[in-house]
Parts: sequence; C-alpha cells; structure tokens
Amino acid sequence: MSELLTKAVLVATIAGGIRLAVPLLLASLGETFGQRSGVLNLGVDGIMLLGAFGGYYAVLESGDVWLGLAAGIVIGMLLGVVSALISVTLLAEQGISGIGVYLFGLGLSDLLFQRLVGTPTPIPKFPKLDIPGLSDIPVIGETLFQFSLIVYVAVALVPISIFVINRTTFGMKVRSVGENPEAADSLGVSITRVRWITVTIGGTLAGVAGAALAIDLGIFQQNLTNAQGFIAIALVYFGAWRPLGVMTGALLYGLVNSLVLQFKTLGIIPQSWSDIAAMAPALITILALVVVARRFRQPAALTKPFTRGT
Amino acid sequence: MTTAGAGLRSRSRYAAYLVPLGAVGTALLIGALMLVLLDANPIEGFGAMLSGAFGGADALTSTALKATPLLFVGVGITIAFRANVINIGGEGQMVAGGLLATAVALVLPDWPAAVMLPTVLVAGMVGGAIWGAVPGALKAYYGVNEILSTIMLNVVAVQLMNFLLRGPMIDPGEIERGTRIPQTQRLQEGADLPLLFGSGRLHIGPVIAALVAVAAYILLWRTPVGFRVRAVGQSTDAARYAGIPVKRTIVLALTLAGAMGGLAGAVLVFGSESHRMVTDGSTAGFTGNAGFNGIVAALFGGLHPLWAIPASFLFGGLLVGGNALQRAVQVPTALILALNGLVVVFVVASDRYRRTLGERASQAETAAKLAAQAAAEAPP
Repeated sequence: MSELLTKAVLVATIAGGIRLAVPLLLASLGETFGQRSGVLNLGVDGIMLLGAFGGYYAVLESGDVWLGLAAGIVIGMLLGVVSALISVTLLAEQGISGIGVYLFGLGLSDLLFQRLVGTPTPIPKFPKLDIPGLSDIPVIGETLFQFSLIVYVAVALVPISIFVINRTTFGMKVRSVGENPEAADSLGVSITRVRWITVTIGGTLAGVAGAALAIDLGIFQQNLTNAQGFIAIALVYFGAWRPLGVMTGALLYGLVNSLVLQFKTLGIIPQSWSDIAAMAPALITILALVVVARRFRQPAALTKPFTRGT
Repeated sequence: MTTAGAGLRSRSRYAAYLVPLGAVGTALLIGALMLVLLDANPIEGFGAMLSGAFGGADALTSTALKATPLLFVGVGITIAFRANVINIGGEGQMVAGGLLATAVALVLPDWPAAVMLPTVLVAGMVGGAIWGAVPGALKAYYGVNEILSTIMLNVVAVQLMNFLLRGPMIDPGEIERGTRIPQTQRLQEGADLPLLFGSGRLHIGPVIAALVAVAAYILLWRTPVGFRVRAVGQSTDAARYAGIPVKRTIVLALTLAGAMGGLAGAVLVFGSESHRMVTDGSTAGFTGNAGFNGIVAALFGGLHPLWAIPASFLFGGLLVGGNALQRAVQVPTALILALNGLVVVFVVASDRYRRTLGERASQAETAAKLAAQAAAEAPP
C-alpha cells in the first residue's frame, strides 16, 4: 500500500513538474531567439499575462481550447511587433522598456478581466492526448505520455529551435547579428529585419505560453503568471542561450516547484515556512546565474541597440 | 554670447525638454482612448485627475507624499545609471529597507525622537544597501546580469516580508485576537516622521527626499567618488586605465541606489498613517510600485538628481490623479497601472531622440560660444 502511494506521488510529482515547465519552456525558447540576436526583451511577463487573459477569454466565450491558444498566438505576435518597434527601431534602453511592457500587461490584463469577466469562472482545460501504445506502459506511460498536445508541441520546439538556430541561414544571421552586428551589417544582413523577426517570435511564444498556462489551470486571475516571465528570461541565461540548456533549466525549475508543492500538501513543509520555501526558485535562479556567468559568455551585442556608424 | 547663440540654445534645448512631455502626453492620449472604450468620459476623467493631483492644499499634500518614494528611488537609479548599472531592484530594496528599519524600531527601547528617528532611517538605508550591494557584487565579481539578479531579489524580498510580518514580527495583538492580519504593532512614537506644519498629513519625508537629491547631485559632480562613478559609466576601459577601481565602483553605485530605495521604504513605514508595516502579500501593496515608477521619474528627469525633483512631483501627481480619475468615472485602478506601463514605454522609447537633440544643442552652443569668442578677439 505504502509502496503504491509513493509510486503514485512520484508519478504525480514528475508529471506535475513537466506541466509546470511547459509555459516557461515556451517563453524561454522565444526569448532565446531574441537574445541570440542581441535583444533582451524584459516584457515577457506582460505579454504572457495578456496572452493568458486572451486565451482564457476566448475559451470562456467559445468553449474551444484551440481557439484560446490561437488567441494567445495572435496577442503574443502583436505585442512582439510592438516590442520590436520599441527596442529595435526606436533603440530604447532594453533594461527598462520591457518593464513598461510588463506593467502595461499586468494592468491591462487585470482591467480587461474585471471589466469583461468579473468573477473567476473556470474554463475547460486541454484534453489529454493519449498516445496509443506508449500511454499504456506502466509508470513511464503515466508519467510521460498522458499530457495534452501543448506539452508535446513545447518539447518538439526544442529540436526545431536547435535546427533553426544552428543549421539554417536565418539562424546564422541571428547569431551573427547578436555577436557582431557591425560585421553582419557590412555583409549586407539587415540587423533591423533579423531582430524584428526574432523579437516577434519571442512575443508570439510568450503569448502562447500565457495562454497555455491559463488553459492548463482552467482559470485566470490578477497576476496569474506571478513573475514566471522573468524566470523565463533568467532560464535563457541559465541555459547559456542554447535551447537544450533552456529546456533543462525549465524542467529543473518545474520539478523543484512540483516537489515543493508536493511537500506542502504532504505536510513536510509547515505552513508557517511556506513563504520561505517560496523564495527557493528565485534564490536557485540567482545561484544558477552565478554558475553560468562564470562558464559561458553572453551574445556580445546583447542589450546593445544597433545604429550604423557608432 | 550673441543673440544667435541664445536663439540656437533655446530651440534645440527646449525641444529636448519637450520630448519626455510629449511622451507622457501620448500615453495619456491612449489612456483617453481606453476611457472611451470603457464607456467613461475622458474629459471628465482627466479633469478629475488634474484637480485630484494639483487642485488645492490637500491634493498637493497627497501628490508630495506620493512623489517622495519616487524621488528616493529615482535618485538611486540615477546614481546607478551614471555608472551604467541598471537597477530594477527598487521594489525589493524598499521592502528590505522598510523591514530592517521596522525591526530596529521594534527592538529598540523608547528613545527620544532626536535619536530614534535618525537611527531607524539609517537602518532603512542599511537594509536597502544590502539589497543593492548583493547584485552589485554579483555583477562586479561574477559577471551576473544585474537586471535579472535585482528582479529575483525583488521576489525574495516580498517573501521575506510576508514571512516576517506573518510570523516573527506580527503584532502580538493580532495573535491574541486570532485575526492574524500580517502587520506589526503600532511602532513607537519616537520613530514617527514629524509633521511639516505640526498638523495635517504632510510629514518631513518630501523634504528629506529633496535634500537627498541635492546631496546626490553634489556627490556625483563635486566629489572624487562621483567622478569615478561617472567615469565607469562613460567607459569601463578608460576608467580602468585611469586607475579607477571599476569593480568597487560598480558595487558602490548599486549599494547607494539600494540605500536610497531602503530610505524610501523606511519613510513609507514611519510616515504611514497607521505607523505600522503592513503586507497584503504583494510587493506593490507596500511600495505602490514606486520601485518601478521611480525608474520613470529618473528617466523623465534626464538622469539628473535635481531634475528628478520636479519629475517625481509630476509623476506623484499622475498617480494621485489616477486614483481621483478612478473614483470620478468608475474604472478599475488597473487602468492606472496599464497607463504607467505606457508612460514607461513612451518615455524610454523617446529617450534616444531626446539625447540626440540634447547633443545637437550642446554642439550648437559650443559652436556659438566659439564664434562669439572669435568675434570678440578678432581686430575690428
């Protein structure tokens, strides 16, 4: 009996960790594109919040989770374009303009929620997608192959991102623009266009991440993301600007959080210490940043707006 | 100076000053549009905003009080920015400063105000300074991006606040009554910020903030420390060749910025009407987002400590007016937060243009000055 219980808890913890990791993974992968091209988009959390509300509201009105996901894509893309305009064309200080986008998203998503919805109403969640054969394997099947489609999509985006960044002409342009924009510019690469595309990809995936979070939880509330967008940005650093590293970071983060949640439900962490336990993710992130900063170098042009002849 | 030179100065210079105003104006215009979409009358709303912020003594008092933390944080961000360090940690530094100052006030015996007040304010500065020194050291010695580390430390600070105010620092009365509201007991009266006119709501906080801004100006432009900070901000390489300890200067700049944030937190606690530290579980509940809004005040003031004074006052007015607007036309306060975000975006996005205009003005002024000099020296 106790063995059965531990097995159930273990499966629930790992599966829960993977589910928690998905929004982070989506947002971080998007941010990776932007950062590899030299743009730090700090507005991810704001875009996630608006994507989350858009996704939630679309599902609430239509009952169709895929329409919700589509809403997240459109909203994310729109805000990605706006972010590109601000940081690439208007050359704004990237460390600050994103905070503006964050505050805007935080406020507007709450405003829209209060005006259009008011009381928290649950929405249908993503349907579980059983993979014939794999889902029926004991333990492993329950842990890894009984997720919704969005989980598999997020994971599939990792090899796709690796391929795009490392094996395509576009990826080569992205890397060169992030490392040495002057040289890329002299070779005729349009810095502006490359960065517009990468920042828009980042915005789109942030919007999807938000929608995925809201539809996975089946709910929206004020500040639903609780700074996950910022964690996603830190994960890009943690993953040393590589999709595989980013995924490792996101999974680690999801698992730690899932473990803390599990400990709380099982009463291993007393209620009075839950605030202290809630510090763990941020502290771990800072430690990880220290470790990574010593071993890896960030894209040379990161946060530096490009103007010709300066 | 010739009239032509003066003419040149007025045009480009004032254009540069107008850019941030235009940015705020654009944000407000979008705000008006949003009000229309929310079925509210924007003229009525903005009228209420203006009179709520600047109409009469009571409104001006509210504005000055709201501007105070913005000015502290803005001055700190200005110092950090001058060393090319971006401090997004104002929120956490305010919380840390408020917590340490409150803890000291709880522990100390009932000292007279003349000793008590400076002690707790310094404690606030120390609390904030620690919250600034850590990301400063991580940046200088480990190369950790300060934007990320300060954001993470904001998260740590809010959890620490919730833990302390729900547990060790909670008002014993809250436990006895079983209400368990996460707040401290009423702090001792010696730590109350004295009222500026003996009565009313206006305490000496705004005056302290203005003095701190002046002190920051003197520090940055009249002392060797300030020279080092600005030299590091201009070019780390050049500063290093000149023998300036770059790493220590970076730590110092963020420590000072943190101390300013800490002071803001302490002033919020001891200048509050309840004279307690309270948490609603979020950072914004304590800081009112001043850690973020202070960034706008700093940028709006052109990263100059003295210009930060009117900039903060204006932004304080915007926030106070926002509350009035909300009451007048019944829109959720979240609108003000969204508007704040837009203001940040527009001010930052137009900042490059402002600087270009400023540089153009400087060049034109120098040229005019040289021309005037040449004209004076040339034989008739």
